[in-house]
Amino acid sequence: MNAVPMRSRLWRAFHQLGSPPYVYRLAGRLAPWLGVASCVLLAVGAFWGLVLAPPDYLQGNSFRIIYIHVPSAYLSMGGYVLMAVAAGIGYIWRMKLAHGVAVCVAPLGAWFTALALVTGGIWGKPTWGTYWEWGDARLMFELLLLFLYIGYMVLRMSFDEREKADRVSALLAVVGVVNVPIIHYSVEWWTTLHQGPTLIREGGPSITMDMLIPLLIMLAGFSLFFGWLLCKRLQGEILRRERRTRWVQNLAVEAAA
Amino acid sequence: MLDVVRQILLRDLRLAFRRWSEMATPLIFFVIIASLFPLAASPDEAQLRSTGAAVIWMSALLSSLLALDGLFRADSEDGSMEQLILGPAPLGLVVFAKIVAHWAVSGVPLLVLAPLAALSFYLPLTALPELIAALALATPTLSVLAAIGAALTVSLRAGGTIIGLLILPLTGPVLIFGTRATELAALGEPVAGPLYLLASVAVLAVSLGPPITAAAVRTALE
Repeated sequence: MNAVPMRSRLWRAFHQLGSPPYVYRLAGRLAPWLGVASCVLLAVGAFWGLVLAPPDYLQGNSFRIIYIHVPSAYLSMGGYVLMAVAAGIGYIWRMKLAHGVAVCVAPLGAWFTALALVTGGIWGKPTWGTYWEWGDARLMFELLLLFLYIGYMVLRMSFDEREKADRVSALLAVVGVVNVPIIHYSVEWWTTLHQGPTLIREGGPSITMDMLIPLLIMLAGFSLFFGWLLCKRLQGEILRRERRTRWVQNLAVEAAA
Repeated sequence: MLDVVRQILLRDLRLAFRRWSEMATPLIFFVIIASLFPLAASPDEAQLRSTGAAVIWMSALLSSLLALDGLFRADSEDGSMEQLILGPAPLGLVVFAKIVAHWAVSGVPLLVLAPLAALSFYLPLTALPELIAALALATPTLSVLAAIGAALTVSLRAGGTIIGLLILPLTGPVLIFGTRATELAALGEPVAGPLYLLASVAVLAVSLGPPITAAAVRTALE
């Protein structure tokens, strides 16, 4: 008896996610919570990781950059998957808001990819003796991921019509997903400089609890930070896409009053 | 079904041979890049031997990019692509036939030219069969990627300039396994591993590429 209203409620939630004013308000309501929570987590994680956690027996204090490097690398790939899934949903169900999400994720993902590359280089210098190693597959594919993000953004910009840009660039985003598993498994397939997986591996994480807990806090903090920026960007994107509609114009009138 | 593939294939090949200068340009480009490289690096025999594989693979990659702009552009400009979209044949098959035709005029000649270039880079004669095998397995993937790039940009006036940006990042695996196979062959080591990997990448590309390309063409021209 209960199943029917439950299902219809789910359907309603799904349809509401296609409604720009609803998502605009939802993002507006979520954003402050995400912002505060991410700031708290980032502060706690950074203090724990940079001050309280013990130095590594091999790398000394230089290992502490993992508290920036690992979360940004994880978001660079997670962001790409999110972008591709959103673009795919937008392509298949012709959902404009999903394309909007993909558009908002792309520059964020590109920045986190760049951050992962830069922090990796800074970490690589004391550890491997070099900022950059051309022979390392993970470094190479992370760089290619950055190019994919840039390609997606450039392809979008070269169309005049937004709808066509949405649909064509969505296909590119979906094709580029092949790169993500390659990056994840690159350290197992080609063992050169980059170390093997630490967190997601058989037999559990290979890192001591004192270092693991702040890393997990930082991962959560970075993810919420990403979500916060995404909410803010999504609000802007919705306003831009819906600027000719009545509800956005009402919103502008209210804001001016 | 197969008749559609045959018809499109024959038509595209006939068109390519009638405009043979367009067909020859990427191949001449390949030869020129490969022969300019020793000018830029050094003509030293040991160095040429060590960089030869990389030069051949990069030249192949770049020349396959050059060949792709005409893949859908001419057909979409004169309206025949719209007819093919509206026609009864599945667009995926049509696109597959066009990719095969593209491969036949851009990939197959490379299989002949690349060994010549390889010899001039002092690659041992015994490594040539492996080089040809690796190129034969890699060029279909490159043709599929070229088709995806051409389809994504077919409705853009200046499509040719950004195709490289879209497609080159995806060629990483082909480049890695291709040069690996060539280097191993030059050292006289077994090359089955990278060849199998190239083959699996090709299977993936050839099976998933045509439907994606078809979707891109349909989207770009709708």
